Amino acid sequence: MELRKPPPVRRLTPGAKVTPQPGPAAPQAPPAFGPHAPANGAVNGHAPASFVTARRTQRPPVPTVDRMQVEELSIAYGSKLAVKSVSLPIRQGEVLALIGPSGCGKTTLLRSLNRLTELTKTASLTGRITLDGLDISTLEPTALRRRVTMVFQQPNPFPMSVFDNIAYVLREQAKRRPRRAALRSSVEDALARAGLLDEVADNLDHPALRLSGGQQQRLCIARALAAQPEVLLLDEPCSALDPQSTKVIEDLVVKLREEVAVVIVTHNLQQAHRIADHVAFMYLGELVEYASAGALFATPREQRTKDYVSGAFG
Amino acid sequence: MDEEFLEDEDTGLSQDQRAELGLGALVCLVVLVLLAMLAFIFQEAWASFSHNGLHWFGPGGNADQQIQAIFTSGDLKQTPKFLLHAWPMIWSTILTTVGSVVISFVCSLFVAVFLVEFAPGWLKRILEPVVRLLASVPSVIYGLIGVLVLVPFIGNHLVSEKAQASVTPVISLNGYSLLAALVILSVMISPIMIAIFSEGLRSVPRGWLEGSLALGVNRWRTFWNIAVRTARPALIAGTVLATARALGESVMLSMVGGSTAFAPNPADGLIFFVEPSRGLAATILHNTDELNSPPMRHTLFAIAAVLLFSSAALSLAGWAAKQPMKRYFNVGGTAA
Amino acid sequence: MSSGVLTGSRDPLPTPAGASPPERRGAADSSASWRLTDRIGLGFAWFLGLLFCAITLAIVAFLAVQGIRYLRPELLWTNPQVGFNQNETGGFLDPIIGTFLVAGIAIGIAGPVGVGVAVWLSEYGRPTALARVVESTVEMLAGAPSVVLALFGILLFDSKVLGFLSETTSDGVVFGKSFFAAGAMLSLVALPLVVSTVREGLQAIPNHVREASYAVGKSKTATIRRVLLPAARPSVITGHMLGIGHVIGDTAIIVLLLGDTQTLQGVGNVPLWGILRGTGSTLTSYVFDNAPTGDLNQPNKAYAAAFVLLVIILILNVLVDVFGRRSRELRWS
Repeated sequence: MELRKPPPVRRLTPGAKVTPQPGPAAPQAPPAFGPHAPANGAVNGHAPASFVTARRTQRPPVPTVDRMQVEELSIAYGSKLAVKSVSLPIRQGEVLALIGPSGCGKTTLLRSLNRLTELTKTASLTGRITLDGLDISTLEPTALRRRVTMVFQQPNPFPMSVFDNIAYVLREQAKRRPRRAALRSSVEDALARAGLLDEVADNLDHPALRLSGGQQQRLCIARALAAQPEVLLLDEPCSALDPQSTKVIEDLVVKLREEVAVVIVTHNLQQAHRIADHVAFMYLGELVEYASAGALFATPREQRTKDYVSGAFG
Repeated sequence: MDEEFLEDEDTGLSQDQRAELGLGALVCLVVLVLLAMLAFIFQEAWASFSHNGLHWFGPGGNADQQIQAIFTSGDLKQTPKFLLHAWPMIWSTILTTVGSVVISFVCSLFVAVFLVEFAPGWLKRILEPVVRLLASVPSVIYGLIGVLVLVPFIGNHLVSEKAQASVTPVISLNGYSLLAALVILSVMISPIMIAIFSEGLRSVPRGWLEGSLALGVNRWRTFWNIAVRTARPALIAGTVLATARALGESVMLSMVGGSTAFAPNPADGLIFFVEPSRGLAATILHNTDELNSPPMRHTLFAIAAVLLFSSAALSLAGWAAKQPMKRYFNVGGTAA
Repeated sequence: MSSGVLTGSRDPLPTPAGASPPERRGAADSSASWRLTDRIGLGFAWFLGLLFCAITLAIVAFLAVQGIRYLRPELLWTNPQVGFNQNETGGFLDPIIGTFLVAGIAIGIAGPVGVGVAVWLSEYGRPTALARVVESTVEMLAGAPSVVLALFGILLFDSKVLGFLSETTSDGVVFGKSFFAAGAMLSLVALPLVVSTVREGLQAIPNHVREASYAVGKSKTATIRRVLLPAARPSVITGHMLGIGHVIGDTAIIVLLLGDTQTLQGVGNVPLWGILRGTGSTLTSYVFDNAPTGDLNQPNKAYAAAFVLLVIILILNVLVDVFGRRSRELRWS
């Protein structure tokens, strides 16, 4: 039975504890720039956005590895350009947030990373996207989508049990249909990585559609992780969820960044501030500014970014 | 001023209550009609069942001769005869119904999948109204085509002289056959299945299909594993409806199946397909001229009772099959 | 590793007028990469889809060709006569009239009753046990074979009570076969279709429409009559037409309950009532009788009549499509 055994989780800091450490009681004097700049206080004479004083999710620093590279990507639906000449790096070890008002092309950009834009007949693309150095247009879409998986805005668990939802991916990958006992460890591993195992462990045959919204979304994340991807794409995963579930998923995302490269699209600026390491602000299809999260929110360089981050439009 | 709102002083009932009672009475009337039908039919059928007991359903003797004897005994001078072993006709009904439903299910499922997901746009737009049109073609027209095209074809090309000679004393192989019945019945019930299956497949939420594609599963397997699996209630509903149609089909089968109550034996080999047969519903149609003979009447009503019971059991089976699926998703009860 | 600040502040690509940037698709999800079983499955689906088209085309073309070959206009307005060969036996005017008569009676009963039952199921439906019984009844009627309904009709109309609906001979024997008898049983065929279509149409109307009507003080009856039924009109019409379609195509009930006389044989002297009490035939029984397996065995006439029948059904289908589309265009939110 040729079932791919789950490889050991590729943590970048082998000895590091996985659970986020509770930080010091109050933020120490931080550096002015960099991922951990809390940016309270005016720098360069600009007043920062009001939520910037809030605490960002604590995280141990991790080294990063380049996974994907977007080069001069333009996407058009018919004759209308949705994404204009965007270039971005995507790295394992960090969370990249795509922010911007509605219709600015961030979801289109995200969907092009796993070639879901091809499902729309009128879509066309120029530019290059590479995964580990390989142009993704030369890969089989199904193979690509196992390495770059996506979680959608509306939780969409399949109408099966929790076990079958995750086993679905594993069964599709295996050459011959594996038995349930063999799949159990992989399923539980995926559920553990998604932080859902404790809540469903007593009955893995529970119908997935009967879980709460937050649990369903974590199930979708577990399902995406079961494929052992290198990149995890999240399309506004918390927009349909309540604040508690949102917090749980945000903590999960921060934890996962060590194992996979995470790209998250969000229209919630506070969320981006909490969890992202790098932020790309898009407006009307252009990449307006790309910077580390602290820098972009505290000291945005472009006027448009300043306006968006401070709430002048959105 | 909306005068409908005023209460009727005499009866004390508002117009709303009167309307509800009136409609309730109408609805009860409909239920009563069905109950009356069940009662009358089973009452008329009882004589035939009581004379034969369970052997009514068994084999034994030539069913045609038995029916003939029943008819002639209707003359007032004779004691009525009820002897009937209806197995040949039951077997024929089972063969045609099960055979055509199985063939049609497989083909209709693939055609529905093709229609909903893989057909090019222009073909989709043509096929949808075509399926609906085919579903409404009367069975007598299917029978006409069968009798004027398929039956001569089978009789002339598929039946050899040798085969004819081998069965001559018992039956004649002239093209009116099980094969003709199966082919035409399958074509006749396919549009029903295709229409209901397509509707079910189309109502699968796109989010599920997209989610499966985004996990790296190819289009065929995505559609098959998610959409077809989710549409199982529609598959059941379509199958039940088509089976009911096949079960009760009298006109077309009487035109192409042959008029002998013969039970084709699969052990005979290929000749099995070209042997004639006649099912329960077709038997009723065949003998309607003889309804004024009382024993014949009881016998035909007995056959009708068996048909009615089967279609009721079928509906029940369909309902029961849908129950376990309700656990995993909301099963809409509306499809047919 | 420090993160460089990459801005995308170059000039945006000039939006081409009407033309899209050069398309570059990579290895698309062609089926060449799938497993063998998947490819076989897809091939099978294509094969059966095209086979289905071919069979449909063959049936329609064959009937059209044969029908046009044998259909002469005078067939449509002459009556069947006794004759020796197919040139002398006349046309099928009476069967056409018979078809319309029988459809009229059937939908005349099934239409109002069906709408009433649908309204009760959708808007009232109390007690729930009765509602479930009614639903099962309608489902059973839908699944009942038409021969069985025909036999029931024979039982009903043979009785003296209903003798006025058909011919009664001088010694009190009720003939029991007439347009009334056939029409009444055919209404049972049409009823489930009307009920399910109208019910779906009513249930598709969102609740806020009803609430809006109650909020301005209308009673439930008025709401149903003035708001809901007019809104469900496309479904009502569709249901009626589907019912008519089924009724027109039925043969078993006609053969058993219409007396099978080639021409309309009225009973008594009252104009319409006499005809309805009498016997006749419809296009379906005409085709049945003229097929090689029937008594008359005139295949040419059978083709012609079948063609006419098919054209009527085609027109009905087109009308159902048109009204169905109109009901889909009705947007509530």
